[in-house]
Amino acid sequence: MRREDDFEVRSKHLQHMTDEELDAYFWELAEKIVDPLIELAYYHTSPSIERSVLLRMGFSSIEAKEIVNRIEERGLLSKGAGHIVLKVAERAKTDYLTAGRGLANGQYLDVLDEIAREARENEAGER
Amino acid sequence: MKLEKDKKIDIEEILKDLDKYVPRRRGWHWREGVGRRKIGDFEYYQVSEPLKNSIPLPAAKYFGNIDPQPDCVITTEIASGRFEDDIRRMRMAAWHGADHIMVIRTLGQSHFDGLIEGTPEGVGGVPITRKQVRATRKALDLIEDEVGRPINFHSYVSGIAGPEIAVMFAEEGVNGAHQDPQYNVLYRNVNMVRSFVDAAVAKKIMADADMLQIDGAHNANATAKYGWKVMPELLVQHAINTMYSLKVGMKPENIALSTVPPDAPPAPCIRLDLPYAVALRQLFKNYKIRAQMNTKYIEHDTREATVTHVLNLLISRLTSADIQSTITPDEGRNVPWHYNNINAINTAKQALIGMDGLTEMVKLNFDGELGKKVRELKMRAILFMEEILEVGGYFKAVEAGFFVDSGYYPERNGDGIVRTINGGIGAGTVYKRDKDYMAPVCSHFGYNNLPEGLNKPCDLIDGCTLCKREKIQYIDELDETDNVHNRLKETFEYRKGDKIKPEVEWAGDGVISMNLFLPVDERTAEYAAIKYAEKLGLTDIAVLSKLPMHPAEGTYVEIRGRVQFAIDKNELVIPPEEKILSDEEIEEDIKRKPMKVVAATVGNDEHSVGLREILDIKHGGIEKYGIKVVYLGTSVPVEKLVDAAIEENADAILVSTIITHDDVHIKNMKKVHDLCVEKGIRDRVILVGGGTQITNDLAKSVGFDAGFGRGTKGNQVASFLVKRRREMENEKDS
Repeated sequence: MRREDDFEVRSKHLQHMTDEELDAYFWELAEKIVDPLIELAYYHTSPSIERSVLLRMGFSSIEAKEIVNRIEERGLLSKGAGHIVLKVAERAKTDYLTAGRGLANGQYLDVLDEIAREARENEAGER
Repeated sequence: MKLEKDKKIDIEEILKDLDKYVPRRRGWHWREGVGRRKIGDFEYYQVSEPLKNSIPLPAAKYFGNIDPQPDCVITTEIASGRFEDDIRRMRMAAWHGADHIMVIRTLGQSHFDGLIEGTPEGVGGVPITRKQVRATRKALDLIEDEVGRPINFHSYVSGIAGPEIAVMFAEEGVNGAHQDPQYNVLYRNVNMVRSFVDAAVAKKIMADADMLQIDGAHNANATAKYGWKVMPELLVQHAINTMYSLKVGMKPENIALSTVPPDAPPAPCIRLDLPYAVALRQLFKNYKIRAQMNTKYIEHDTREATVTHVLNLLISRLTSADIQSTITPDEGRNVPWHYNNINAINTAKQALIGMDGLTEMVKLNFDGELGKKVRELKMRAILFMEEILEVGGYFKAVEAGFFVDSGYYPERNGDGIVRTINGGIGAGTVYKRDKDYMAPVCSHFGYNNLPEGLNKPCDLIDGCTLCKREKIQYIDELDETDNVHNRLKETFEYRKGDKIKPEVEWAGDGVISMNLFLPVDERTAEYAAIKYAEKLGLTDIAVLSKLPMHPAEGTYVEIRGRVQFAIDKNELVIPPEEKILSDEEIEEDIKRKPMKVVAATVGNDEHSVGLREILDIKHGGIEKYGIKVVYLGTSVPVEKLVDAAIEENADAILVSTIITHDDVHIKNMKKVHDLCVEKGIRDRVILVGGGTQITNDLAKSVGFDAGFGRGTKGNQVASFLVKRRREMENEKDS
């Protein structure tokens, strides 16, 4: 879009404001722009976020990548990768680090599939 | 491990036991003791705690070698592609006054989906990996102990692996980082949804680790066609990232704005940039200002760049800067070289100290143009934000090409950067969190369905890495060939062996540069310079800079190339350095036994400047130690000089000779010596010669006790006189 500089006309409603009012209005607008973005971030996740969770749980970057890939493939990332690793550990009756490393190496995939199946069924049920 | 001033930092030692290394602290460090302070003869208004070890500005020798440190943190960017060589440069930078070391990432890292491991070589930056970060932080710990001031280590939390990098940085004690989702969207074409969603988690991790965040708004004026027209948008970009960070939970004092004066001469840049600098500091008074130097208008000429940067520093001093970042004067022509980092740091230190307390005497005048422009800029920014909301929010505004448009908003030229909500790298990889979404770790942002009754989220897993360091998984190397250990083997002889080779970036790179004035036009000069470099045996030749002095009369050329040979330290013949007595020692000896000298410029020589510098108290000459000086003047006949020495019962004769035509300087000195022998005083008088062409060997060859050449200072002569007198006393005793 092309537009001539119409500052004089466009800024009429601002001209009467004091410096303090201008500054306050500036921040009010910033907040209005940012609020929906924060809301979006609050309720969403991504592969990088989930890998960062796994890193914090004590997995290496290589393990985190593999685990997140397998969880994402099965549509389970929305539950949280760390959460899923804990579930696998519980069902496989092992500690979570062993479970996660196993997942990274292609073990416990049957457990993961089972969790995915149940999640789909739950979702269908909720509908 | 501890660094010794006269020894190179041992990189192999740094790399040892890295898996066990624990960073000593987290969080950002501001300079301490900021405010007024007396240093040397002066009262400073805007300085901080001095350093334990440092290299002062060259002119400091006239001011008692003081090295006042400005109040603000000083940044330098060091990233040559090999962190092992960068570490050495970081040490040099710290000695000159940098306490914020920023490492730029290797080309393409922002599109790398995950963490890179090991120590591969980088292009235009360093691959930021855990091992590289850990080794660098470990080295900086040693360096900060050596200089006596904490050093902030900084890199980038951007691209599509932001949250992971933030975790790694928090774990490894990185003190600051760039984080701005708008940067990803506009300049790295990362999907906008992904970029903002990731940013919230990354920022939360940074906030909890007390890291300082710097935003990415300054890139708009480096990218925009007209730097001076993008100012309203810059205010908007700063506001979006600042507000977003605040809402995630970052403390205001950890949010810094990256701001660059957008213009450079020949534009009237101060008048253009000052209103913007003021508007920014007024609107963002609760946050920190990171003042960066201009890069957009930097060309091949390092002098021009330096002047632009000094003008930027004037704006910093007229307004404020919590962090003063520096740009190397060679950034317009190559990846920065070692000494250009130091040059940039010194430009900042020199200008900031030179303008110390400026606003005590000079005030900004808000009544006229400045006040009006400040208001106008704020209004233009407000109008920009109003229109963002009108079109349906930030994403819609990006889709409509609002950003980096070359118009002075509300003017628009339709050439802004356009991104779509479903486009870009990482599009379609964002998932809505389910009701049972859960992340059992600390520093997590957003919805988290944790079981009730936990003290902290990671109780579920018996501690996360941020609480229990031993859980961190350290990966050493993944690539058998592309790693630091192989590179260090190749450069061993230049670092730890006997070989010396010039370098500008990497050990043994062999790069040198030459300055030539060629009395021909620009184009001919360029090719003539290349020919010269070829004939001198250089390879990889490139012209760095050409400046016409006149279309026909000549051109100044700077050219670089690689030398193909190294020098062996053992082949060098280095005469031992004369040890100079301390001022106190000299004074004490003169107090013990007074000393008198007669001094003159001999023959038909009217030069007096050099000798006066050696003698006069106001130039730090030998008088200041209490030595009595009888100065006879210029063009003094040799006979008169020797007679005066006898009459005054002088301990020494100081002879200055500048004119060297027909070796008259040598002949005159010889005459002084012979005359002293003839008159029977040679064994009780010290003969010292001085002048631009005099060397110690030359003076001794004509029977003098010592000779001093160009650049000699009074303390050297005084030290010699005292030492020689002691020797003569001992000779007499024995």
